Amino acid sequence: MPTTGNPVLNLSVFAVFVLITLYIVYRASSRNVTASDYYAAGSSFTGAQNGVALSGDFLSAASFLGISGGIAAHGYDGFLYSVGWVVAWLVGLLLIAEGLRNTGRFTVGDVLAFRMRQRPVRAAAANATLVISFFYMIAQMAGAGGLIALLLNVTSKWGQAILIAVVGMVMVLYVLVGGMKGTTWVQIIKAVLLLLCVTLMSVFLLGKFGFSLSAIMDQATDNNKLGDAVLDPGAKYGFSAMSKLDFVSLALSLVLGIASLPHVLMRFYTVPNASEARRSVVWATWTMVIFYLCTLVIGFGAMALVGTDKIAAAPGGENSAAPLLAFEIGGAVLLGIVSAVAFATILAVVAGLTLAASASFAHDVYANVIKRGNAEPRREIRVARLTAVVVGILSIIGGIAANGQNVAFLVSLALALAASANLSTILYTIFWRRFNTVGTLWSIYGGLGSCLVLIIFSPVMSGASTSIFPDVDFAWFPLGNPGLVSIPFSFLCGFLATVFSKREPEMDARAAEMEVRAISGIGARH
Amino acid sequence: MTKAMRSPGEAQHEYREIRGFASFDDPETLSYVDSDGNPKFEAIRETDEFRTLRRRLTTFIFPMTALFLTSYLTFVLLSAYAKDFVSTKVIGVINLGILLGLGQFVTSIIITLGYARYAKRRLDPQRKLLAEKTGVEE
Repeated sequence: MPTTGNPVLNLSVFAVFVLITLYIVYRASSRNVTASDYYAAGSSFTGAQNGVALSGDFLSAASFLGISGGIAAHGYDGFLYSVGWVVAWLVGLLLIAEGLRNTGRFTVGDVLAFRMRQRPVRAAAANATLVISFFYMIAQMAGAGGLIALLLNVTSKWGQAILIAVVGMVMVLYVLVGGMKGTTWVQIIKAVLLLLCVTLMSVFLLGKFGFSLSAIMDQATDNNKLGDAVLDPGAKYGFSAMSKLDFVSLALSLVLGIASLPHVLMRFYTVPNASEARRSVVWATWTMVIFYLCTLVIGFGAMALVGTDKIAAAPGGENSAAPLLAFEIGGAVLLGIVSAVAFATILAVVAGLTLAASASFAHDVYANVIKRGNAEPRREIRVARLTAVVVGILSIIGGIAANGQNVAFLVSLALALAASANLSTILYTIFWRRFNTVGTLWSIYGGLGSCLVLIIFSPVMSGASTSIFPDVDFAWFPLGNPGLVSIPFSFLCGFLATVFSKREPEMDARAAEMEVRAISGIGARH
Repeated sequence: MTKAMRSPGEAQHEYREIRGFASFDDPETLSYVDSDGNPKFEAIRETDEFRTLRRRLTTFIFPMTALFLTSYLTFVLLSAYAKDFVSTKVIGVINLGILLGLGQFVTSIIITLGYARYAKRRLDPQRKLLAEKTGVEE
């Protein structure tokens, strides 16, 4: 077992971070009383603050550990992820951020049900949010498992399971105590720390290699069994016709899914107006560009200095590339810091996810479907908190089951789901007058359902040695990522169902209001 | 500045007086706010100001979306189906594919800044115009 620093030191750096952030969360949330405070931090953040928090939602375990690990293990094919994550912000900036801010208050359901029949659409939006958040959360929890394994040198599955459970409980605590405001502050702190961390590591690495990326990559090829070929496409996805299609499908899910994730959509509500929402995406784009340039350096740096074989053999596998690199260049202290930051990212992101899921259940299902819009706000928040606990428990169980999978890959499934269920529906409802309730339901359930079915019958679930159930084989869908099929399918479902169903003249006034508000921001406070 | 030009009768239109402006060149212009103070969105939607805003927005965002999606998918498809082409070494061991990928970063920044600038110069002033005409604030 390669030594990975001093577990006690690692743990104490992390514990200090948790204590400081918990204190901040506690301070920030002392006035956490109204629904708007709990769900949307009273819309009190500035564009710049929210932009950093927004990128914080993405500078997650999946990006930091998964993508740097993906690059360290597969070179070029890992780099594809970085590109998709940056370009995806344009979808949020151009198509979604402002319209969403102008028409919704707390959840995606607010926007989707704005000019439709409330109960069925809200229920559908909540179902989609819960499924997507669950998948995304499993990925984060699996990342937490890998990281703990590395930090504390816990190699038994049982030991890791217990630690995942502890992490899950701390996350839920953030949400319960802090609401959206506390969660956003944790997100900001952690995003700044993470950016500093990766930038310093990258500059150090570049300096070590005479400021030549080429030199890093050159040495990296010596430590990968593929040699030079790792710099070319195909190291992970291979060259069969199906694997190439899988690669394209993944790329599509990345670019369309990221801005459709419920916890990201919900972030647009924490700013006071649409132009602040726009500003926050501009900020997020800058931080993302810097961050992903750094993952390129760190990924190849880990391949060069640690070596792919050593990374693969470490507890946590691919996901441990960045922490191992930190240990290689900065010893136990830097490992402790990097791990604490990585840990913090998992905590903050899952806190955001838990909040999105609980808001969706409490606001859409409880307040609007069950209580038909007449719920008492205090009770609604109590339901939200209760849901947060349930979601936390479910994600702990899911995280234990998925422990050991590459987190970036798991995230790509959540992205496919988000793009399939949310993107088509949001775009239609904002930009297409004729769109109606039937169309909305078909595009949500059509996208979500087809995506889920294709995942269940894909090689991810069964039939291959890397599957979640390797011993059985019920796979008939050849692609690991269903986005290439399910995303166009949901657009088609929404279109056909609308065209073949009756117009809703009784909704014309609401449709006019939505169009004016979404595009001009006029009357958005009414 | 317009107060001196108003006809005495116009002061009776209280909503105009409260909002602090009026279309004094056409006193008969219909109101965009109903008696409860709620905006009449269907009427607002039919104004030239709103149509111009809508057109300016859509003629920017949809072509730009098509542009960045095409550029991104070109990079992806080249990586998948033109392996030899993207594997061409350009600077040291850095190949064309990596450079194309980094090029996506650059186009993302350009489009982001371009949109921020366009919104500031072409969209926000038009929104202000619409708000002034209809008397409905954000």
